[in-house]
Amino acid sequence: MNLHAVKAIYLFEMARAWRTLMQSIIAPVLSTSLYFVVFGAAIGSRIAQIDGVSYGAFIVPGLIMLSLMTLSISNASFGIYFPRFSGTIYELLSAPVSPFEVVLGYVGAAATKSVVLGLIILATATLFVPLQIAHPVWMVVFLVLTAVTFSLFGFVIGIWADGFEKLQVIPLLIITPLTFLGGTFYSVNMLPPFWKTVTLFNPVVYLVSGFRWSFYEISDVNVGVSIAMTLGFLGLCLAAVWWIFKTGYRLKT
Amino acid sequence: MTSIISVSDLSKTYATGFQALKSINLDILRGEIFALLGPNGAGKTTLISIICGIVNATEGSVSVDGHDIVSDYRAARSMIGLVPQELTTDAFETVWNTVSFSRGLFGKAANPAHIEYVLKALSLWDKKDSQVMTLSGGMKRRLLIAKALSHEPQILFLDEPTAGVDVELRKGMWEVVRTLRDSGVTIILTTHYIEEAEEMADRIGVIARGELILVENKDELMNKLGKKQLVLHLHDRLDAVPESLAAYGLEIGADGQELIFTYDTHAERTGITGLLRDMSDAGIGFSDLNTMQSSLEDIFVDVVRNTT
Repeated sequence: MNLHAVKAIYLFEMARAWRTLMQSIIAPVLSTSLYFVVFGAAIGSRIAQIDGVSYGAFIVPGLIMLSLMTLSISNASFGIYFPRFSGTIYELLSAPVSPFEVVLGYVGAAATKSVVLGLIILATATLFVPLQIAHPVWMVVFLVLTAVTFSLFGFVIGIWADGFEKLQVIPLLIITPLTFLGGTFYSVNMLPPFWKTVTLFNPVVYLVSGFRWSFYEISDVNVGVSIAMTLGFLGLCLAAVWWIFKTGYRLKT
Repeated sequence: MTSIISVSDLSKTYATGFQALKSINLDILRGEIFALLGPNGAGKTTLISIICGIVNATEGSVSVDGHDIVSDYRAARSMIGLVPQELTTDAFETVWNTVSFSRGLFGKAANPAHIEYVLKALSLWDKKDSQVMTLSGGMKRRLLIAKALSHEPQILFLDEPTAGVDVELRKGMWEVVRTLRDSGVTIILTTHYIEEAEEMADRIGVIARGELILVENKDELMNKLGKKQLVLHLHDRLDAVPESLAAYGLEIGADGQELIFTYDTHAERTGITGLLRDMSDAGIGFSDLNTMQSSLEDIFVDVVRNTT
């Protein structure tokens, strides 16, 4: 195992986050704060409690998930896309590193950034709403699992994309709608039965629900199912990454 | 000398159907400077890219110091440093960080002293804290060399190392390459500048349309194919070569003002004495004479043209 290489990639990617501190950390914190102000304080004050939790507090886990997923994807996809775009990928391809080490470096760094960011947003949230975390360990488990899974997904997008637009397309057209329709701002149980069934095909529902459970012990779906679905998606992303390196897809000719 | 890189029956056909390499067999000897010459699109970069692991071969195999580049890629790649043709750099990183990154990537523990040595050798030391994008083109080229040398490779690939580099800097780079060779590093360079190959290389390979046309010691190549010409500047114009001189295969140049005699420097008799005597007999006088040896460039153009 080439640990020096993993460390080099990881530190290189983390250094990029420091250089771009503004968009990496401040921007998501700001936009999440705006959500709290608008949905939590302004509109939320007129919405009744959901399952005994005030609306402002209810949306916190969903908002963290929204940022976590979007940032994991953008961090990881940009991290691997940029060397492909600039041509510096030659060095990675000619280095004595295994695919596993490359993924560990890039995905590890992207997931770390996302988790740190998720925690910062969580801290920000406490400024707006009273929070309680019933299962801190499970909360961290969901946080890390989601960050890793979506960083892997972002890595796949970064390999697949052949232009900067494509980097934006998936987060914008798929992840954002899925998150908004995934119970970030409401309980799935508030939906009519038909739409509730449709919603259950949305993988984000399971992440948000599981994550919210770790805070308030309320959930739309069983926690076990949530974890199983998250692991399932993680497995899918791993398989995609494995296939990419096996075939050299978009990396080698 | 033993071979350090062994390429056998290597072929590459791209997805477009373009066959970039056709069954290449080549051995690079330990410690030599090998120059790969060829026109644009001949397959030079493809060959290097396969050896370095950037492009997959369609057929054939390569071993580096006995390590197969596919099944034992870690050992093979650890030995190699690659300086690509394009100036591809991390624009936002500092010189120091990007060179240190390369060392880590190739599995070596951090060694600031070595990075310092490399940066100083390439006159980049005073730029170590500068962002890469602030460097000039020549500095970026040297930075790529520094990155390739960061992990102390035993084999260095230089793909068009002096393209777009001014004359003074080019000479400086040759010095660096020679110093490396003296320290035991095997160097493979591709180039358009024949002058560069002539100056630097121990052996020369010529590649055209994906085929290795010849591999030869530089000196032997120059001797074997090297022709020498004697140019005589005549007193009086000649319209045709006189009958008495027909045996020499002379050419008339400069609108009849010159007679050009081509001879082989390795033949037992060059024929110069005979020619001068016969010219004197024929009453042809000359005011000046000079000789020219064909350069590697002429040889190269000949070789490539002859196989077309």
